[in-house]
Amino acid sequence: MAEFNLIINGVGGQGLITLLKIISIAAQKEDYDLKTSELHGLSQRGGSVEVHIRFGKKIYSPLVSQGKANLVISLESQESLNGLHYSSSQTTFLINQYKTPTFTKDLSEKEILGVVKKISKNVFLIPASQICQKEFRSEVVAGIYLLGLAFSKKLLPLNPNSIASAIKKIIPGKYRELNLKAFNLAKKES
Amino acid sequence: MNIFMKEILLNKPGKKIILLGNEAIVRGALEAGVNFVSTYPGTPASEIGDIFFRIAKKVGVYFEFSTNEKVALEAGIGASFSGLKTLVAMKSFGINVALDSLLPLAYTGTKGPMVIISADDPNCWSSAQSEENSRGFAYLSHIPILEPSDPQECKDFTRLAFQISEKFKIPVMIRTTTRVAHQKALVKLGTLRRSNLRKTGFIKEPRRFVTLPPRVLEMKKELLEKIEKIKEFSEKSPTNYEFNRITNKKIGIITSGISYLYVREALKELNLNLPVLKLGFFYPLPEKKIRNFIKKFKKVLIVEELEPYLEKEVERLAKDVNPKLQIIGKELISEVGELKPEIVTSAVAKFIGRKLEIRNSKLEILAIKHLPRFCPGCPYWSVFAAVKKVAPKNTVFGGDIGCYMLAGTPQISAQDYLLAMGSSIGIAHGISQSKVKSQKSKVITFIGDSTFFHAGIPALINTVFNKSNPLIIILDNGTTAMTGHQPHPGTSLRTDSEYKFEWEGYPPSLKTKERPIQIEEVVRGCGVKNLKIVNSFNLKEIEKAVEEFLPKKETAVIIARGICALLGKYLNE
Repeated sequence: MAEFNLIINGVGGQGLITLLKIISIAAQKEDYDLKTSELHGLSQRGGSVEVHIRFGKKIYSPLVSQGKANLVISLESQESLNGLHYSSSQTTFLINQYKTPTFTKDLSEKEILGVVKKISKNVFLIPASQICQKEFRSEVVAGIYLLGLAFSKKLLPLNPNSIASAIKKIIPGKYRELNLKAFNLAKKES
Repeated sequence: MNIFMKEILLNKPGKKIILLGNEAIVRGALEAGVNFVSTYPGTPASEIGDIFFRIAKKVGVYFEFSTNEKVALEAGIGASFSGLKTLVAMKSFGINVALDSLLPLAYTGTKGPMVIISADDPNCWSSAQSEENSRGFAYLSHIPILEPSDPQECKDFTRLAFQISEKFKIPVMIRTTTRVAHQKALVKLGTLRRSNLRKTGFIKEPRRFVTLPPRVLEMKKELLEKIEKIKEFSEKSPTNYEFNRITNKKIGIITSGISYLYVREALKELNLNLPVLKLGFFYPLPEKKIRNFIKKFKKVLIVEELEPYLEKEVERLAKDVNPKLQIIGKELISEVGELKPEIVTSAVAKFIGRKLEIRNSKLEILAIKHLPRFCPGCPYWSVFAAVKKVAPKNTVFGGDIGCYMLAGTPQISAQDYLLAMGSSIGIAHGISQSKVKSQKSKVITFIGDSTFFHAGIPALINTVFNKSNPLIIILDNGTTAMTGHQPHPGTSLRTDSEYKFEWEGYPPSLKTKERPIQIEEVVRGCGVKNLKIVNSFNLKEIEKAVEEFLPKKETAVIIARGICALLGKYLNE
């Protein structure tokens, strides 16, 4: 693998930067070069947010180039449309079936999928927030759940053990178990 | 102390760890043996202060969140004049505030080495105000500016900046941008160093520290001489380097900062081997190196974000060595907005005359936008709801810098102007004094607690002194929320271990330990007679206060107090 380009998007407060940290630590553990980009401040207040994670032999740009994403994980379904810029027919989309209002014209799931599938046929719409709410009474781990799912679908060229050890490294005490459970739950569901 | 803080303090030279650009700056300062750090938070520079706030005591560094950037710089100047190694960090707008002291500092020079971080935010991801380019400060101040591309350079350039400052007795600026400051990558660590400076304190040297005429003009001359010497240093610096040096090529690229990484990406994508000159110095430029690079070229592409500063410099330098050189820059790369790898790839392709398949851009029209908004439980929801309910239709609403500028989003729509930190009150005063007789509109301005301390107080005094009557609502959520919950003079003490935030709810506690400076005392001290403190979550109370104060002929202030929802959540955890 020369390089792997991942976009995670959603709205501020969904834990995107935590996911970025986990994946970067896992990539480092596997001796990849890596670059990431994240946004702080105003953009975190419930607005559209995306983070970029790139790893491989030698990585220069912290931003994924147009059309070069291997995987887009959308923690909010409408945000998947903002991943299209980075996508091609080779890109896989993992989309959380969870929507927050834009206060302009919101799109239905059918509309969203209709547009995304014009670019790529590899689209999975998953009720991650619902599953996590039901299993753990916590929607916050929906991102970790989707990350687990990416492994079960063999969409992320890293060792799941590296992710588990990254979770152990950075998630503090009482949330550690919850995150590991969410990660492992999705892994089993392949 | 979390795992990332621990890693920043690892004393394992040669080990590679993942660092954010800002974290790498902290590490660079620690490797240089920094003694004194001051800052005012601002995205994308905030993490520098946040980290020092947490580690300062442990590593034996003095740290403070100053009331604003000018004061932060001045604190740093005092430390430098006393011989300490000093770091001052801010976003670029902070340099605007600090500029009045920065320009004479270039004249006096430093005693202890001093590094100033200026973080630009191309694309205004987290910036109202303007899309500022700190490179311009080089021309105003004659202060050297270095531009790192990635976290490794953030660390190394910070160390280098301390060395340059120490050698030439001049403050050195490091200019980052959002995609550098908030870029994570692997960084190879160097050795941590505790500075063994002999603490001498301030020693009187009026010739050095007093910028009184006629000495000031001598100082300017000395500064310009210094810059000539630093230019020689810049010529030799390995931070300005060529790669893909192919002698028979007639074209090449000059770039720096984040743009350099996109150039590397573009060359990889296009499978090209073009000579590239990568500049670590923006000021002073290694002019000989540039002349030497361009002298045999037919064409050169300048890849830079925002204004064409570098392009203009290359135009100037080409006049001597290669007047026919075709210099291409802003005709291919916009002056507005940040660069992206695909923008640079397409510019490089056009530069070499290669056709690049462009994807159907119609798709982008379908992009959706979640506008940022107040968090669930934010005290500002109720404040704006109450004020909008009772304010007459023709009310002019003044905005200021902080989370509450989201009042400008269509959902709330209570912001008729927005410019800079603290400006809401000064402008409200001007509008109030400019009213024609038939105009009954009143100005209601909103300003946050940290912003009030930062730059609101002189403007408040002005409204009282010059007798205007805006209604000023100070939104006291107990923290500098937007930039990541840093303390300010109304909340707590200086360092992390002293930072015991005890929100006493409403009515506010007068316990001085947790609230060293009371906003209400300041407001009264400024001569304001009409003052009310209300609970931000109590709509009725806010409505009543606004109704009572709207007809006032003098300045009126309402302090709306209610804790930031996010901070409250952290405190409960």
